[in-house]
Amino acid sequence: MLEYKNDKWKALLALGPTLVLMAIFTFYPIFNTFFTSFMEGYTFNVWYDTRYAIGWLEHFGETIVRTEYDAAGNIIGETSTFVGLGIGNFVRLFKDGTFIKALKNTAIIVIVSVPISVIIALLISVALNGIGKLQGFFQTVYFLPYVTNTIALGLVFSVMFASRSGLVNSLLVSLGMEPVAWISSLGTNNNPTYASALFVLTLYTIWNGLAFKILVFLSGLQSIDKQYYQAAQIDNASRWRVFSKVTVPLLSPMIAYITITSFIGSFKTYTHVISVFNGRYGPASDPNMLITVVGYIYDALAQMSAMGKLAQASAAALVLFVIILLITLVQLWVNKKKVHY
Amino acid sequence: MQQDLFMTDDEKRRYKVKKVFTKIGIYIFLIIIALFIVIPFYWMVATALRSTNELGKTSISFFPEVWHWENFPGAFKFAADRNASFLRFYLNTIIVGAATTILSMISVTFAAFSFARLNFKGRDALFAIFIATMMIPGEIFVISNFSTISAWGLNNTYTAMVLPFIVDVFYIFFLRQTFKQIPDELYFAAKVDGTSDFKYLFKVMIPMAKATLTTIFILSMMGTWNAYIWPNLVATSPDMYLVSNGLLTIYRDIDGTGTILNYQMAAATMVTVPLLIVFLLLKKYIMRGVSRSGIKG
Repeated sequence: MLEYKNDKWKALLALGPTLVLMAIFTFYPIFNTFFTSFMEGYTFNVWYDTRYAIGWLEHFGETIVRTEYDAAGNIIGETSTFVGLGIGNFVRLFKDGTFIKALKNTAIIVIVSVPISVIIALLISVALNGIGKLQGFFQTVYFLPYVTNTIALGLVFSVMFASRSGLVNSLLVSLGMEPVAWISSLGTNNNPTYASALFVLTLYTIWNGLAFKILVFLSGLQSIDKQYYQAAQIDNASRWRVFSKVTVPLLSPMIAYITITSFIGSFKTYTHVISVFNGRYGPASDPNMLITVVGYIYDALAQMSAMGKLAQASAAALVLFVIILLITLVQLWVNKKKVHY
Repeated sequence: MQQDLFMTDDEKRRYKVKKVFTKIGIYIFLIIIALFIVIPFYWMVATALRSTNELGKTSISFFPEVWHWENFPGAFKFAADRNASFLRFYLNTIIVGAATTILSMISVTFAAFSFARLNFKGRDALFAIFIATMMIPGEIFVISNFSTISAWGLNNTYTAMVLPFIVDVFYIFFLRQTFKQIPDELYFAAKVDGTSDFKYLFKVMIPMAKATLTTIFILSMMGTWNAYIWPNLVATSPDMYLVSNGLLTIYRDIDGTGTILNYQMAAATMVTVPLLIVFLLLKKYIMRGVSRSGIKG
C-alpha cells in the first residue's frame, strides 16, 4: 500500500526548507571550497581596500603586477600574481614551512594520542565490566569530561601545569624535586620543551576523549555472550588469554569504529591546543610550537581579505580531507581482514 | 559453580584469594582513573577561590589558604572593567542555543518524517547523499560558510551563529531510525480513520519519538554551549561572544601577556557547573544519544 502513494508535494513542503539550507550551507561549500583551492590570485572582496583590488574574472589567465602599500599608504614593493585556475595554491602550501610544521605536529599528536587513549579506554571498560555494584557510579564519573566545555577545561589543564602555583609543580616542590617548565617558562633559560608541551596536550586529549570511548566499549562488552567466558573458565584460561583471545576479537568492530573516529578526531585537533596554551598554539616562548593543520586553516581564514588567503585555507582543508579519506580507506581495508563481525 | 567439579578445597581457597586480590586491583585502578578525571574539576574550583597573592607563589597547598568566594562576583566585575559583560555571554549563548535547537528540531522532524513515512521519487538516493555529507570534515564547510556569511554582511549577528547549524544530518538520521520503528499498522489504521499524513506525524509519530527528540534537544543545546570555532570567526565584537570565546579572551592583563587565573577559573566554573547539573538530571538521555553519535570523537 505504501509503495503506491505519491507524496511529491507533501515531501516538497516538509523537506523544502531543509533542502534550501543544505544547498547553501552544505552542498555549495563542498564545490566552492574545492573550486576556491584551485583559484590563484583571488581575493575575497567584501570589505577590502580598493587599492588591492583585482577583478578575478576580468583578468582571468593574465599575470598582473600589483603595487603593495603599507598602512600609511607608502609603496613598499611590487608582486606579480598569476590570475586563474591552477595548482599554485598547493605548491605554495607545501613550500610553506608553517604548513609542513602543522602537518608534522598533527601527525605526531595523532600517533601519540590515538593508541594510548584507545588502549586506556579499553582497559577501563574491561575493568568496569568486571565489577558489579559501583559500575554505574564510575561510569557517571568517567562521563563527566564529555559534558564540559572543551575550552574551560583546557584552561584548567593550563593552570594545573603552570610553572608557578600549578598543581603538578606544587606537588613536585613539596616532594623536594625541581619544578618543571611544562607549558610556561621558569626563568629566561628554562623554556618548555616540545616533549613537555606535547605531554600536557596529550594528557588533556586523553582526559577529554575517554568518556565516549568507554561508553562505546562498555556497551559492546555488555553485548558479548556470557557463554564465551564460561567456556574459557572451564578451560582454565588466564585473564590475559581471555582478554586477548575472547574480548578483543569479539569487540573488534567497536575497536575499529573507535580507532577510525579517534584518528579523524585527532587529525582535526584544534580547540585542545588553543585552550591548553591559553589562546596560542604553544608556550609563550614559542607560540607556534604545536600548530595543527586545522589551526593553520583557521589562521589563513581569519585573514581571508588578504590576497590568496582564502584559497590557501581551502587548499589546506582539501589536503586535510584527502588525508582523512585515505586513513579511513586504509582502515576499512585493514578491518575487512582483521575484524570479526 | 564449574570449579566445584574440578578443584580440591585447597585449590578452591587459593582461587578465591586470587579473585579477591584481582578485584582489589581492579578497584584501585578504577579509583586512580576516577581521580585523574575529577582532579581538574577540583583544581578549577580551588583556583577560583584563591587570592591573587597566593597564586603568585611558586608552590601552593592543595586546599586554598582562605576561601575567596568574592572571586565569583569579581569575575563579572573584571569583565565589566574590560567593557564586556559575562552575563551577556551567557545570554548570547542561551539565545543562540535556543534558536538553533528549536529551528533545528522543526527541520529535523519534517525531514525525518519525509524520509521515513512519505513516498517520493529519489527519496533513498537523496537520503544517501545526506548521509554521505557526514564524512566530509567540517573545515570544508566552515571556510565557504564564513565567506557566505561575510558576503551577506551578517558578521556579529545571531543569525550568523544560528543559520548554518539548523540542518543537522546526524539528527535527521537518528530520528528517521526511530520513526522507522513505528509499525506500519498504526499508519494504516490512522489512514482508515481518515487522518492526514501531517496529523499522523503530530498525533502519533512525535509523541512516540519523545525520547529521541529529548536526546536531540539536549545534544543540540550542549553543542552551542561548547561551540567555539564558528562563533570565534563570526563574532568579533565582545557584545556577541558566547561563553567559550569570553573565557578565552577576557581574563588577561592589560598588556595581554598574563592571565588573571582566579577570575578566569571562577568564570570557567560558572560555565561548567550548569552543564554538569543538566547532565546529572538527564543522564539517561545524554548517554543514550552520545553512544549513537560520537560528535565529539
